[in-house]
Amino acid sequence: MRTFDVVRFSFRSATGFRTRTLLILLAMAIGVGAVIMLTALGEGARLYVTREFTSLGTHLLIVLPGRSETTGGPPPLLGETPRDLTLDDALSLKHSSAIRRVAPIAIGSAPVSWQQRSREVTIMGSTAELFDIRQLSMAQGRFLPAGKPTLQTAVCVLGYKVKNELFGNASPLGKWLRIGGRRFRVIGVLTPKGQSLGTDMGDIAIIPVASAQALFNTSSLFRVIIQASGRDSVARAKKAVLDTIRDRHEGEDDVTVITQDALLSTFDRIFTALTLTVAGIAAISLAVAGILIMNVMMISVSQRTTEIGLMKAIGASGGQVLRLFLSESAVLSAIGALLGVMLALIGTWTSLRLYPDFPVTIPWWSLIAAIGVGMLTGLIFGVLPARRAAGLEPVEALSRR
Amino acid sequence: MIELQGISRKFQVGNEAVHALRSVSLGVKPGGYLAVMGPSGSGKSTLLNIIGLLDRPDQGVYLLDEQNTTDLNDRQQAAVRRHKIGFVFQFFHLVPRLTAAENVELPLILAGFDADERKQRVQNALSALGIADRSRHRPDQLSGGQRQRVAIARATIMRPGIILADEPTGNLDRASGREVIDILENLNKQGMTLIMVTHDPELGRRASRRIQMIDGRIQSDKAQTHEDI
Repeated sequence: MRTFDVVRFSFRSATGFRTRTLLILLAMAIGVGAVIMLTALGEGARLYVTREFTSLGTHLLIVLPGRSETTGGPPPLLGETPRDLTLDDALSLKHSSAIRRVAPIAIGSAPVSWQQRSREVTIMGSTAELFDIRQLSMAQGRFLPAGKPTLQTAVCVLGYKVKNELFGNASPLGKWLRIGGRRFRVIGVLTPKGQSLGTDMGDIAIIPVASAQALFNTSSLFRVIIQASGRDSVARAKKAVLDTIRDRHEGEDDVTVITQDALLSTFDRIFTALTLTVAGIAAISLAVAGILIMNVMMISVSQRTTEIGLMKAIGASGGQVLRLFLSESAVLSAIGALLGVMLALIGTWTSLRLYPDFPVTIPWWSLIAAIGVGMLTGLIFGVLPARRAAGLEPVEALSRR
Repeated sequence: MIELQGISRKFQVGNEAVHALRSVSLGVKPGGYLAVMGPSGSGKSTLLNIIGLLDRPDQGVYLLDEQNTTDLNDRQQAAVRRHKIGFVFQFFHLVPRLTAAENVELPLILAGFDADERKQRVQNALSALGIADRSRHRPDQLSGGQRQRVAIARATIMRPGIILADEPTGNLDRASGREVIDILENLNKQGMTLIMVTHDPELGRRASRRIQMIDGRIQSDKAQTHEDI
């Protein structure tokens, strides 16, 4: 028997029994499609988080006031009150060679009004260096001027959303608006950048950090964002930050430094594990598909008992019957797997249409694995029915009508 | 040359053992025309199945062309069936989803012939049986007589030495039954051994040799005489 003829015969029986074929194809397509779709979602989540972090800028360290680590041991007798992180702390960090840029950040919320319009907006106080650290870009005008950070200058930069809501299509440059009780002159508008780590850079007004501290009547900072001078110097920069702050805070380690890379790789690991878990769950659905294939093939063997008897009578050996039935399950699961891939492609396409921000991508390994596992399932679960067909006694098979 | 020596076959039906064949011995020369007759349950079909290697005897020796078939494994038996034996059944047993030509082609596919030769042989066989114009029809589009002719074409496509027919006219009207018998007898005249199981005494009388079976035994074994005609 030639391989080509075996495959052709399988195709003929696949088209000969429509309902059965459709059932098997459906089971296989859903199984394979589920595996690919779910891994694509997991991969999408991973990429989404990675992208969020890189949109923050590169080689970043974030310094937060207070310690988040627990040290164990007995609780301190005298309560540990973390010192505030001040503007001077932030500026002193600039002396390290491992640190290229430092952006102190003070944050608060205040009404911003121009003429009759007023909006409650997140006010971010920072310095000119924030521009490069966060990789911002300007739609109009310019960013905060580089100058002495301790200087209270009455200028502000608006997010594009705030600008649209207050000024519409008119140019805001040079206009004086009111933030809280103070007046600020608009010197620039940011381009739309979208969300990054929960802060909507469109719905924001940026003012010099000293002005923000005066506005909110505080001397502490929300956090300090630091850009290391290179990827290799991130660790050195972290040490420099801790050392400097310890010196300035009378030997207390009362800040937490988060490096972007550490965060990223942690999230990366979490999401890889998540993707694999989801893929495993999907693989179970593939196994279910396999069992369905086995059932349907089993029924097919009983339905075609006479045919099998006849094949034996005209000279088919048990091995040939086995080959015919196995190749039938293989052909069916191959087509089913291809349909599953198409299903998954349609699914990802639709989800990209609906949620363009969420990058659902099919990793190539999941494509290959899903098709491979699908075919394998079809073959493995095809063995039992095929063996049953091959083992039928021709006389008994023929005596049934 | 078919040679059965002391063949027995019994089946288990519920708690009862049914002896389908009790120590049957029979020899059939090449080119012979044998009718097997007898009431239902007398073992006619079992005898035919054993000759056709569709069933294995519990006891006894079956020599086909001086070869002991009881020693052969499944694959070798399949090869013998493929090359030496053609079956014609009462219920035709055509594969319903395949066309007439494809049904006839099946034994050639199993034997691994290439597509060109298959096509050639199938065309010839269908033309010889007068159903060339039906080659693209499926069995449910054919009459009973046409179906049986397709079945005969399939049985003879490998040019076997032996044709085994189990009630080949049992499901046909008189006229088409007549045609089918003519075809089979024609094949016999060309030198194929024809063994036919039948209920019909009239058909039986046409054979050059008749055996009558009762209760798994050969009761009588007669060559054709002039009185019968």
